[in-house]
Order: sequence, then C-alpha cells, then structure tokens
Amino acid sequence: MINAFLIAWPLFSVLLILAMGKDRAKWTALMAAIVQFCVTIYAWTQFVPTAGVQFGTDMEWIPQLGIHFNVGIDGISMLVVLLTNLLAPLIILSSVRKNYERPTLFYSLVLIMQAALVGVFTARDMFLYYIFWELALVPIYLIVLIYGAENRVKITFKFFIYTMFGSLLMLVGILYLYYLTPAPHNFDINTLSNLHPDAHAQGWIFWAFFIAFAIKMPVFPFHTWQPDTYTTAPAQGTMLLSGIMLKMGIYSVIRWILPIVPMGVQDWGKVALVLSLIGIVYGSWIAITQKDFKRLLAYSSFAHVGLISAAIFTLTLTGLQGSMIQMFSHGINIVGLFFIAQIIYDRTGTFQLPNLGGLMKKAPVLAACFLIILLGSVGLPLTDGFVGEFMMLSGTYQASPWIAAVAGLTIIFSAVYMFRLYQSSMLGELKPVPSTRDENFEDVKGSETIVLVIIAFLVVIIGIYPKPLLDTTEPAITAILKNIPNVDIWQ
Amino acid sequence: MNISAIVAVSILVPFAGFLLNFLFGSKIPKSLVSIIGCGSILIALAMNIMLFVSALDGPATITYFNWIHAGSFSVDFSFLIDRLSVLMLLIITGVGFLIHLYSVGYMHDDDAYFRYFAYLNLFVFFMQMLVMGSNYLIAFIGWEGVGLCSYLLIGFWYKNTNYNNAAKKAFIMNRIGDLGFLIGIFWIFNQFGSINYKEVFAGAQGFIINNNYNDTVIIFITVLLFIGAIGKSAQIPLYTWLPDAMAGPTPVSALIHAATMVTAGIYVIVRSHVLYSLAPFTQDIIAIVGITTAFFAATIGLAQNDIKKVLAYSTVSQLGYMFVALGVGAYGSGMFHLMTHAFFKALLFLCAGSVIHAMGGEQDMRVMGGLRKKLPITFITMLTGTLAISGIPPFAGFFSKDEILAKAYEHNPILWVVGLITAVITAVYMFRMLFLTFYGNFRGDAHQESHLHESPSTMTIPLMVLAVLSLVGGFLGIPEVFGGKHILNDYFAPIFSDIATVPHTGTVLSHSMEFILMAVSVGLVLVAIYFASRMFIKKTAEGMDEEPKGFAKLLANKYYVDEIYDTLIVKPADWFSGFIYRFLELDFIDGMVNGIGRATNYSGKTIRKLQTGHIGFYLFAMTICIVILILINNFFIS
Repeated sequence: MINAFLIAWPLFSVLLILAMGKDRAKWTALMAAIVQFCVTIYAWTQFVPTAGVQFGTDMEWIPQLGIHFNVGIDGISMLVVLLTNLLAPLIILSSVRKNYERPTLFYSLVLIMQAALVGVFTARDMFLYYIFWELALVPIYLIVLIYGAENRVKITFKFFIYTMFGSLLMLVGILYLYYLTPAPHNFDINTLSNLHPDAHAQGWIFWAFFIAFAIKMPVFPFHTWQPDTYTTAPAQGTMLLSGIMLKMGIYSVIRWILPIVPMGVQDWGKVALVLSLIGIVYGSWIAITQKDFKRLLAYSSFAHVGLISAAIFTLTLTGLQGSMIQMFSHGINIVGLFFIAQIIYDRTGTFQLPNLGGLMKKAPVLAACFLIILLGSVGLPLTDGFVGEFMMLSGTYQASPWIAAVAGLTIIFSAVYMFRLYQSSMLGELKPVPSTRDENFEDVKGSETIVLVIIAFLVVIIGIYPKPLLDTTEPAITAILKNIPNVDIWQ
Repeated sequence: MNISAIVAVSILVPFAGFLLNFLFGSKIPKSLVSIIGCGSILIALAMNIMLFVSALDGPATITYFNWIHAGSFSVDFSFLIDRLSVLMLLIITGVGFLIHLYSVGYMHDDDAYFRYFAYLNLFVFFMQMLVMGSNYLIAFIGWEGVGLCSYLLIGFWYKNTNYNNAAKKAFIMNRIGDLGFLIGIFWIFNQFGSINYKEVFAGAQGFIINNNYNDTVIIFITVLLFIGAIGKSAQIPLYTWLPDAMAGPTPVSALIHAATMVTAGIYVIVRSHVLYSLAPFTQDIIAIVGITTAFFAATIGLAQNDIKKVLAYSTVSQLGYMFVALGVGAYGSGMFHLMTHAFFKALLFLCAGSVIHAMGGEQDMRVMGGLRKKLPITFITMLTGTLAISGIPPFAGFFSKDEILAKAYEHNPILWVVGLITAVITAVYMFRMLFLTFYGNFRGDAHQESHLHESPSTMTIPLMVLAVLSLVGGFLGIPEVFGGKHILNDYFAPIFSDIATVPHTGTVLSHSMEFILMAVSVGLVLVAIYFASRMFIKKTAEGMDEEPKGFAKLLANKYYVDEIYDTLIVKPADWFSGFIYRFLELDFIDGMVNGIGRATNYSGKTIRKLQTGHIGFYLFAMTICIVILILINNFFIS
C-alpha cells in the first residue's frame, strides 16, 4: 500500500495546490513533497532488502488485455524512489526564491512528474510502466516549453520528438513480447522474464529497448538533445531532468533489459558498453573547453552517465552495485551543481565563464559548498562520487583491464574540466558583473543555504558510510545477475 | 586508553581542528585559531608517540567499520600500526607541529588565517590516513586527500591566476598517477583476492617460495603503483607540478611539498616492498627513473634565481635518490633518507620563508645578499641545512645519502657515478643559494634594507629544533665502517624480515672500499663548495642581470619541459576538444539528427503534392502499384 500511496499522494497534492491558490502554491508543494519524503524514509526503514518485492499493490486494470495496476518495491526500486523523493523537496525548495509565473501550474507539473517517476520506478506491469514513462515526459516538456529560455520552442520540440521516437521503439518491443506470452496475454514482469525468446529475437528486442533508454540517459550518439535542453530548461527543469529523469533510462536497463533479454545482452551488451565508453571520453573531452556553465555541466553529466551505463554492461556485481550507488550520488551532485549555476546566474545574469570570476571573495559559503559538491563529482575519496566510481571501475576492470583504463580516464578528465569550472567562476579577480541585477554579489542565504548545505552534507555522509545504500540494492542485483546465464562473458 | 581509542583520537583530532577553524574560524580571534590549529597537531603527536611505543612490541590492526562491499569484495575502515607507519606518523606530526608553530608567525597578517590552518589540519588528517591505512584503499583516501589539500594550499592566494593554474596543474598531474594507482589496486584484488596489506603480502610469499620472480602480473601491479608514486613524488615525467607548487605559502612548501606528502610515493613502495622484491624488472625501472630525475632536477637547480624554486628542484632531486634506494632494494636506506630529508628540507624551506619574510615577500636571490648579519639565527640554521643536504659529515644527509650511494654502487657502479655527480651539483647549487642570500653585499633597494629583521621566536624556535635534528638525525644510521650501531636497521628489521630470503644481487662492498667511496664523495663535494664560494660570494648587482646564454639558458628555462608539454599535450587537447565539439558534435551527429527531421519534413511536403484530388490519377497509381505487387509476388517470392 505504501507504494500506491507514493504514487497517489503527489497527484492528490495537485488538488491541494489548486485549492490553496497561487500565493501558497510553492509552500503547499513543498509540504507535500516533504510528506512524501517522510513516508519514503519510513518505507526504507521498514524495507527488508532480502525479501524481494514489498509494499506492493496488484489490481486488475483492463482485464480484457490482461493489464494490471501492479506496483511494488524491491531493492533497485527502493534506491531510485528514495532518490526521487529526496530530490523533489530539495528541487522545490531551491525554487522558492524564484517567483515563477503561474505557480499553480508549475508546481502541479512538478508533482505530476514526481508521481509518474515513482510509477516508472515501481511498475511491475510493463504496460503500466509504459504509461508512467510517457506520463513523466509530458510535465517536463511543458516545464521547458513554458518556463524555458530563448529558443525553447525549437529545442523542446526536438527533445519531445527524440524521446517519443525512443518510446515508440520501446512500444513495439513491448507489444512483441506481449504477443509471445501465453494466452490470455499479459504484461507481468515475471511472465516476461520467463519468456526466453530465441536469440535472434532477443537481439531485436534488446535494441528496441536499449535505444529508447539510451536516448533518455543519454548514451553516445543519442545525446545531442541533452545539452540544448539542459541549457534551455529553467533551473528546476534541468535539475529534474538530470537528477531524476535520466535515471529512468539507467533503471530501465537494469529492470527490464537484463532479465527479459539476457541473450540479447550477451550478444549486444559489448556494443552498448563500447558506446558508453566512447561517451565518457567524448563528453569529457568536449567539456574541457565549454564556455557555458550549464553546457559544461551537461557534458560532464553525459560523461558520468556513460560510466554508469558501461558498468552495467560489465554484468559484474561490483559494477552494477557501483552503478546503483552512482545513480544516487550523481543525482545529488548534479542537482547541486545546476543549482549553483542558477544561483550565480540569478546574481550576475550570465552563464558565460569568461564573464565570471573571483566570486569566492564575495560568497565564501557558496564557494565552500560548490567545492564539496564538485569534489563529489570528481570522485574524491570520502565523497559520494568515489564509492560509485571505484566500484564501477572495479567492475570494468573485471571485464577487461583495458576497458578500466579507458573508463578510468574520467578521473583525469573530470578533474580537468571541473577544476577549470571552479577556477573560472570562483577564483581569480572579481570581474565586473555584466548585468545590473545585482551590483554587490551576495552570498547564498535562506533557502539556498539550506539546499546547498543538505547536499554538501549528503555528499560527505554517503562517501563515508555508503553501507545502508549498498545493502539496500545488493540482494536484488544479485538476483538479477543470477538469472543471466553464463555471466562471465568476458572470461 | 586502548590502542583503538588512541588511533581514533590521533586521526580525528586534526579533522576536528579543520572543522572548527573552517566553520567558525572567521568569527573567533586569531589566537584561538592558532591554539586549535597547533593544539590539534600536538595532541595527535602525543598519541603517535604512544603508538610508537606500542608498535615496538609488535604490529596491531584496528578495524572500525565496513566501508565498501560487493559480494566477496570488501573494504574496511581499518588501520595498521607497525614500525613503518609509526615512524611516518612521528615525522608527519613532529615536523608538522613545528611547521604549524612557524606558520603562526609567518601567516600572522593574512586575512584568511583561519582558512590556512583549517587546510593544514585537514592535510595532516589525510596524511595520517595515508600512512595508517591497513589496505590500499584507505591509503588511497589519504593519497587523494593530501592531493586535495595540496591543491587548496597551492592556490591559497586565490586571486592570483598563476597560483590557481599551479594548483590545478598539481591536482591534474597527480590524478594521472592516481589512475595508475587505482588500476594497480584492481589488479591486486584480482590477483590476491584482497587489498589488505596482510593478505596481499602473505599471498606474495607464495611467489618467493616458488622462486617466481618477474611474474607478468606482479610487474604490472608494481609498475602501476609506481606510476602513482611518480605523480605524487614528482618524478620524471610528472615532476613539473612541484616547482610550480611553490606558489603556496612557504610553510606549506616545507610541510607538504618537501617533508611529507611528496614522500608518500616512497612510503607506498616501501610498504609494498614484498611485491617490488618480486619484480627486479620494476626495480630497475625505479632506479633508472630515480637517478635520472635526481640528476636532471639538480642541473635545473643550478640556474634558478627564485630561492624557493632552487629548493623545489632540490626536493625533486632528493626524492630521486630515495627512489634509487628503493630500486636497488635498499628500502631501509630509502626510509632513512626520507627521514633526514624531512628534517633538513623542512628546515631549508622554513629558513627560506624567514628570508622571504624579512625581504617583504621577495623571493629573487638576485636582490638579496649579505643577510647573515641581519638574520643571524636564520643564517646559522640554514647553513646547517645546507651542510646536511650537501652530505658533509657529521650532518644527517651525509649518512643517509652515502648509504644510498654505497648500496647503489653494490648494485651497479654507474648508478653510483651519476649519484655522485648529482651530489656534487647539489653542493654547488645549495651553496650558490647560501652565498647569494647571506654573503656579499645587499643588492635590494633601500626600503627593503630598512625592513630587514630577524623573524619572531615562533618562527626561529622551529628552525633551531629542525637544525638540531638535521645535525643529529644521521646518528640513527651510523655505518659499520665507523664501528657504530645502525639503530634504524635494527628498528626496521621486523618489517623487512619477509624478504630476507630474496636473493641479493650485486656485490657486497668491503669496508675499505666503502670508506674510499665515502672519501671520494666528501672530497669532491668540498671542492665544489670551494668553487661555489669563489663564484658566488662576491656577486654584484650588475653581475646578476646578465642574460644566461647557451646551456645556462637551457637550464634557466628548465629544459623547456613545460613549454614542450604545453605544445604537445595541453594545446592539442584543447584544440581537439573544440574540433570535436564543432565538427563531430554540432555538424555531424546533431546535423544527422536534425537532418532526419528535415528529411521527414521535406518528404512530407513533397508527397503531399501527390494528393491532387484527381480520381483518374489515383486509379492510375493504384493500377500501377497492383501490377508491381503482382510482379514482385511472382518473381521474387515464389
């Protein structure tokens, strides 16, 4: 029941927002998200990692087609649901100083998206999953379209068409699987996992799904919608996209591709891995000379996600566990970094690095938080980023030392572009501010400080004691790997 | 107090010092900042002395909690207290405390005084973690953590772009080495099923028993760890960050970039001595890299005018000596030199700091001169340090350096010859520095001259303590020739007992031969000092401004290595970044994506024109298509 509540509550909160009116919309949304977070924490304390799917609800929805409203939480879902419901209040809190026009609409969209994301992360019926998947796309599309920067119409259109294209491929795959199930057909994950189509068919299904997920993550070369969209979206939109939404792609690879088409993974996983590796080097290399704060972060995120995806396709426990915890850490770090980009923009009116510099003198608290989150992003030991990065690289090493050597370049590259980012915005002499919005650059205050301090705190805590998160996912990941025959494809 | 509590206090108190000063330092008086900063290190030192006593009885492993695990892979927060780690701890907190004390005077007028002490405490925290860790991953925490502190402290004066660039360069070059280290750790786990020192070295014993030397896996592991050491300990080709790191405050150069952090590479190899002893091939590489770096850096040191740059290249060169020791299997000698070097090089840097302090921030030796009357304590102590590094008996450097040279001679006389030449060059550039700074006439302006003064006692007391250590530190390792007792060898005997059965290559020096080698090196060094005095004591201001020519110019420009790296690596990498962004990313990949969109659009527009509304055209098209389908059906399908 908790699971169903976590989907229903944000939707119900939309009604609350409408009832409370636009002056109180943001605080209502914040309270709703905090309630959601508390319930999630409660669920996590009750969660038993070794006990499989929990807190579930299974009801018939469209019996003629064998469609169920079937949701439930296992270790993998637990982690991403926790991430979603942890980030949602932070993202809402990060917006309270910024007065969006038509706040009821804005916060309703955020909450609808939250509900859809929880749905995606917990659905155990593939049709239901698909509905949530599409449902998650609409609010973010509207957020970018209505609240985005210039060029937003063109860019959101591309983003929408691109992701829709992926979704349609996935839909074809879903229907194909559906008709393979014994009559009366159904979409249940357990049925689908036991279908075992022949190897040839598995290859096709693999690609139909993988391209859909690869667009979402994104994986090279399906990524070109991403930097534009991240740059154009309003700050909270970028945070939703990078912090949570791209995890839909990663999660879905683990949730659906690995169990349903293991032979497809064995045949084609290496190609996916190579594409991911290319993404790491390619994205990092582009990031080192980017001049736009947000675009640099977009490419860094693209590179980091490449490593997460590569680690999945090593099919090693260490690699997959690393991917899981890195999903969590990446979500926290990237939300913090994009928030910092916005804080700087609000005060200076620019994202252009050549126009920035020397802000540390004016804003020591911002500089300190920025540094800590940045260290998480470059994977310094005792920050959240290191745990995942170490485990993922260790997984890639088990696949092949050469893969680890290439993937490991990320630790050099990320230091190059991240420290450049830090230096050009925070260090050096203070540049004259191009905009007149804020003559005297103010340090963070109020809600900004709260969000950044929470994020910085999480960066360090997860880095020192990641065990609760690792323990949450390990049994579920082990179970998935067990069902892939002949896992040692690299030996 | 039990040992687990002592370790916890020793590690956590510097961290608490960091937190207190970092969070509240701007709101509390400077005196309190100093007490927190220095006090926390003093407490850690007291703890470490207790640990030292306990380690004499035998090693102990203290485990706190499980950090990372996945299936059979598991890493604990766990610390190893043995004779090797406690010696490092004593150096770190002993020398570290003196340098903290010195900083109270040196940094007194800085606005960000609290931030300085916070970072310095954080450094001690990470450095202790590095040497205390009982497995490679905990060591790696410290390894990267000290790199962070180095970054923060090199770029401490963050308004200066050059300083920031130096800081960034240090971090990135270190990270190149770190990648090697990390992959080395993976390989170790793959080979031994664990990354705990205890289990890894126990596993390595199997190779010794089977007489299995130069196994490919071991060579890879040792080379990868050595790559990490190259980055951290500034050896060729990753040494160029260390001279630039002199941008940081001088006490930082003394602590991080001379006495402790840069020796981390030595420590890790000594810690892994079992593995290195199994790979004579890697050892040869280490000896060659070490001796080349020692020589190469020393020659650059000859032509530097910045007092700190001279010392920086000297550090690179001395680290090279230590690597030579490790390369020839003389791990104890490497540690011996690490220790004496920590004393005399910290001393030299702090003296240089005292000079810079007196000169109002000036670091160029060309405008110094004749300072010995104005700064008598600094002069005497710096002379001590210079004699020590030059290897004049009975100063500390003599014992440790000659021990390395003797061991090098046993391994291969060529190493000894190059090492000896380097020692002579060392004496020349060090005495050049001393003479240019303290002898002759003052070459600066009148304002600087009126400002000259001896430093306050918080600065001079650490100098005196370190000077005494630089004088007596060598007595821990008196060679047999002099009939003394080699205390350090006895101390380390339990640590190195596990490689006792590894066959020793090379000859064993006779006492007379050892004595001759020693006499030759001391004699040559004395001659070098004499020539240096002839050349540099009487330098005038005019003689300083000559443009260096020929080889001297090459040296003054550090063989143009920075320029070469810039041209061959940095610029092409940036260019390539822009290239792939513009052409591959925007034009090609995104162009294709947009092209598909445009093509769809275009074909839609074109096909639309077929919808003319004429029934005749539709019927005609239908008939044609039916015919084509029938043909296809008949010819291709059946």
